[in-house]
Amino acid sequence: MNYANIIGTGTYVPEKIVDNHMLSELVETSDEWIRTRTGIKERRISTGKNTSDLALKASEAALENAGMSPEDLDMIILSTLTPDYFTPATACLVQRRLGAENAAAFDISAACSGFLYGLDVADSFIKAGKAKNILVVSSEVMSKVIDWEDRNTCVLFGDGAGAVVLKASAEHGIINTVTGSKGDIEGNLVSKSRNVVNPFMEIPETGENYLSMNGKEIFKFATRIMRKALKDVLDGTGIELSAVKYIVPHQANDRMFEYVAGKMKFDKEKFYVNLERFGNTSSASIPIALDEMAKKGLLSKGDKLIFVGFGGGLTWGAALVEWQID
Amino acid sequence: MIFEKIKGILVDELGVEAEEVLMESNIKDDLDADSLDIVQVVMAVEEAFEIEVEEEETEKLLTVGDVVRYVEANK
Repeated sequence: MNYANIIGTGTYVPEKIVDNHMLSELVETSDEWIRTRTGIKERRISTGKNTSDLALKASEAALENAGMSPEDLDMIILSTLTPDYFTPATACLVQRRLGAENAAAFDISAACSGFLYGLDVADSFIKAGKAKNILVVSSEVMSKVIDWEDRNTCVLFGDGAGAVVLKASAEHGIINTVTGSKGDIEGNLVSKSRNVVNPFMEIPETGENYLSMNGKEIFKFATRIMRKALKDVLDGTGIELSAVKYIVPHQANDRMFEYVAGKMKFDKEKFYVNLERFGNTSSASIPIALDEMAKKGLLSKGDKLIFVGFGGGLTWGAALVEWQID
Repeated sequence: MIFEKIKGILVDELGVEAEEVLMESNIKDDLDADSLDIVQVVMAVEEAFEIEVEEEETEKLLTVGDVVRYVEANK
């Protein structure tokens, strides 16, 4: 049996730091309001680099960390809700610029859960013996879909990219994955594509294309689905939550983590949180946090981790992982 | 009793003292809850009474008494 093992991680975030005070000059808000509602202090914002640029740098860092050459990759899976183009896929741009000439490349659209969906697909390909080396990269330039006049959303998001390299191994790295969805026909979290406009219709579609979110409904969804995903990913593995060293959540809102830890009765410190410095970078947030944990020396071989994500779609996912890097 | 159960929820979710919770207490002003606290209270009420509170209804629930009357009418 082949298992998928994480053998390297990498991150890239834009240099430009935008703190809460800077946002309070753009919209009616305050540092205190943002911090107490979300935990966010600052975020990185692209001053021109697009999603593929961020993804390329994170991917290069992850490959270097893994000690793998780009031409050894069989597959590149990129998750984003902010692709450079409808076509080509952002993954293909990264594939060419990396020189990963033997890799199939495609994008996954699962919003903030994209990294978990990517990990799930990669794990399945490796277990099936159809791929040995897979790059999963999550990259978001949220700043291009945000309405910078909407104080309910513009304070939440940031730009960034994170990547992991997975390799087929006899060691049990990814132990279990779960994914799920519940179509958001209510429009609680949407970022609209282009309007339907053509010469053959009477009334062309109009409307804004910015991201919009019903924060209260998403808070309810996120805190309920996080609890379900955490239970589901452990179910049948024989591993208890108490044996898990860290939960690496999608970095949406610190209040959600407080709530979930309280309801599930575990120490909130089990959640690794870095959103105070990066905000919500959508699907990139988990691999960015994971890379930071690895670089800080927080992870040892044999540590059990859970990644848990939720967001637009609505989608969710979780992965139970044993860290295999010494 | 519905009031007692809701009082318990408010004590748990908001960290207030039981004696602070009166039928006429305004959840936001008297019990010092922000918008996310109120979402948490609504979630706990939904789970405790196995009901679903629509968002537009949530906005009308200003006092503890409003919540008690809503649960009485909808459970």
